[in-house]
Amino acid sequence: MSTSKPTITFSRRDFMRTSSLASGGILIGFNLFTACKPEAKPPVDLASLNYNDFNAFIKIADNGAVTIFSPNPEIGQGVKTSMPMLIAEELDVAWDKVLVEQGVLDTNNYTRQVAGGSQSIRFGWEPLRQTGATARQMLVNAAASRWGVDPAECSTSEGVITNGAGETLGYGDVVKDAAGMEVPDKVKLKKKSEYKIIGKDTWNVDLDKIVTGQPLFGLDYKKEGMLIASVIRPPAFGQKLDSYDDSAAKQIEGVLDVVPFGDKIAVLAKDTWTAMKGKKALDVSWKNDSKLESTTDHDRILTGLLDGKEFQTLRADGDVKKAFAGADKVLERTYESPFLPHNCLEPMNFYADVRSDKIHLVGPIQTPERTAQEIAEKLGRNPDEIHLEMTRMGGGFGRRLYGDFALEAAEISHKAGKPVKVVFSREDDMAAGIYRPAIKYRIKAAVKDGKVTGYHLKEASVNSNMYGLIPNFFPAGAIENYQVDVAKHDSNITTGAWRAPYTNFLAFAEQSFFDELAEMMEVDKVQLRLDLLQKVKGTTDERIQYSPERMEEVIKTAVDKSGWGNQPDGVYQGFVNYYCHNSHVAEVANVEIEDGMPVVKKITCVVDCGIVVNPLGALNQIEGGVIDGVGHAMYGDFAFENGVPQSGNFDSYRLIRINEAPEVEVHLMENDFSPTGLGEPTLPPAGGAVANALKAATGKRLYKQPFIKYPELLTVPEKEIIG
Amino acid sequence: MPTYQIKVNGASRSVNVSEDTPLLWILRDHLDLVGAKYGCGIAQCGACTVHLDGQAVRSCVLTAAQVENKEITTIEGLSKDGSHPVQQAWKEVDVPQCGYCQAGQIMTAAAFLDKNPNPESQDIKSAMQGNLCRCASYSRIYKAVEKAASNMS
Ligand code: FES
Ligand code: FES
Repeated sequence: MSTSKPTITFSRRDFMRTSSLASGGILIGFNLFTACKPEAKPPVDLASLNYNDFNAFIKIADNGAVTIFSPNPEIGQGVKTSMPMLIAEELDVAWDKVLVEQGVLDTNNYTRQVAGGSQSIRFGWEPLRQTGATARQMLVNAAASRWGVDPAECSTSEGVITNGAGETLGYGDVVKDAAGMEVPDKVKLKKKSEYKIIGKDTWNVDLDKIVTGQPLFGLDYKKEGMLIASVIRPPAFGQKLDSYDDSAAKQIEGVLDVVPFGDKIAVLAKDTWTAMKGKKALDVSWKNDSKLESTTDHDRILTGLLDGKEFQTLRADGDVKKAFAGADKVLERTYESPFLPHNCLEPMNFYADVRSDKIHLVGPIQTPERTAQEIAEKLGRNPDEIHLEMTRMGGGFGRRLYGDFALEAAEISHKAGKPVKVVFSREDDMAAGIYRPAIKYRIKAAVKDGKVTGYHLKEASVNSNMYGLIPNFFPAGAIENYQVDVAKHDSNITTGAWRAPYTNFLAFAEQSFFDELAEMMEVDKVQLRLDLLQKVKGTTDERIQYSPERMEEVIKTAVDKSGWGNQPDGVYQGFVNYYCHNSHVAEVANVEIEDGMPVVKKITCVVDCGIVVNPLGALNQIEGGVIDGVGHAMYGDFAFENGVPQSGNFDSYRLIRINEAPEVEVHLMENDFSPTGLGEPTLPPAGGAVANALKAATGKRLYKQPFIKYPELLTVPEKEIIG
Repeated sequence: MPTYQIKVNGASRSVNVSEDTPLLWILRDHLDLVGAKYGCGIAQCGACTVHLDGQAVRSCVLTAAQVENKEITTIEGLSKDGSHPVQQAWKEVDVPQCGYCQAGQIMTAAAFLDKNPNPESQDIKSAMQGNLCRCASYSRIYKAVEKAASNMS
């Protein structure tokens, strides 16, 4: 069984280069994405490398000032703070003296990849610390040779090197010498007890700019001569452009151009409002191209898939059929979720200036490499001509993994021969989504002699199915006869990753199911989970993703911290434990009755994500993930009628608000495991914890999201109100 | 296009825009003040919040004619250097995740605390409920408003 993987092996010489700066000081460059790849391979031809091949830098000036250029997309998950912390720790400098800047991403080099999702810190943990330690060692070596002493007798602290005799040199004093030193191939990393930065509360590096409203985001980006493009797209999935009349649009003062491209039409103006107005004035007719699907179709089709026989089996242990045939009792339940838009608060937007000799792209994107490649292909250009800069992103949640909006900007700029920024209105953003697909799960369990002997999970989804690791999450390995089957319906509605893909709903389904299973078996709900985990301990099954020991710890801690089973009258609790994104989580929801309605008051959340690099940032992620999970389970709903999305803005799409947000109490497990994901794993369990607590309060079980759609299941029995 | 005289952050500015242009886009596109954000355009999210004669308003649904002769304050003008007690509290608590909604949150909180320097828990929640935070940084928004209130008193 593997709990901390993969092992990253590489040589620092393979990905680090140093050079003296004309302005004084030294620049240490490294290719973060290469270094952070689990299968990191050194570039083949080292001699041909230049600084364009590096995307992350440490700059140490002659006066000792340290700047760390963070290359990673910042979508609000805090990596622009936490990743440089790892470098600074091993470089052994004072954090408050470090300046962090967003590195420019130049997509000349296609060996990079973005460490996405909740993986940035996990993959960066080793190489980023190695990088800092290597730079530190070079500075120490330079000082030692100046003193004529053994580097081993030197120590460092906060940017100062001290030798055995107590003499000191600042990093700035030796940077010039260090630039000429060979990159050491072996360096020692600090022990956890020696950390001065890792594990300490560290404030967001962009905090000042954010609270004073300085330009940071793609939507804030401006360039001389830039036009705003407002784009009309087919209103329904399955429709194409038929014909259009732009005479009214062109009459609007300030509308400069109307540019059709593919099945879309862009209206260009100097300012956003005029462009949006121009778009509304277009008279367009659309024609049907493929089937216009509705939510009722999806409902029927997905149910049909679950009832049918066409499945792909992702994991099969033992013989579930036999287990069901020989069972004393069987429980089977179906769970249903809608499509969901991402609704990043900053709508999609991107700047493109396509010229004959070069292409300049700027904006919020999580996948600069792939996006630049797509643009090069679309326009028949050499990728070397593309220069892409990333801005801070007003949320991602998976939406900005897709570069459709950047591609639009490039196409329009190419056709119009002008620099343009595509700006989505909120309505555009919701209608041109890459949605979380609607999914249904059917779960069936067999119980014999008081034991769970069989477990069969079926998934019916739109366009794509759960990724291959998920069938190896809990309860895989815990139940002898276990099977996961998937089936999908191909739709013209675009779907993709949405914060914690698949698990964001699967956790609700499975954990509601365990709750009900425990009720049927008449055993304690938490004990059932603990009993199942016992069987996984010591397993030799390499595929199993989670650690039963770590899971057990979070469960026990959650029981303790939440006062599980030990609540005053009128407080109803729901329990969930879950593993995803390499982290183990348990959550307990507390529901109370107010004015005859059940209200989610509090979530206790216990997280084991290994060493916590930045507790202050971690808590923000955890609290946000939990509330986001509660919010979407309660309110998130998105329907289609003949291919047309039925919600267009926040008046018809409900997001959780501050008065609906429960208190979140967080407990982080303390251990020495390498850090794992935090941006996503606390979201999936939240919906299940709430559903289980609502069941305790109302006596009614929820099988479909969003819960608010089923008000009859959210009422409290008469006696509760009176009591 | 008509010309309007509007007063933003203490300075009088003259803008040439069509009469239906929302204040939000005047600020962002014509005056280079991008602190107020676009989130919905229909007064549902609060990202565009500014002060109009000290009141928190949604700049996405106000036109130039409606704000002439009134004092407009944007996040850029709330303080010279981010030293307003609400901004300070936001920093102390480390509120932002993606940060996109935060200028609007701060402007709502600042106008609210100006009138209710000693708010009850429920007052804070009802004052802030018009501002969406997609990252759900609500626990910290709440904490920061509480902190700002106590720092101000
Ligand atoms: S943009 Fe004005 S309230 Fe949303
Ligand atoms: S911090 Fe991202 S929307 Fe509020």
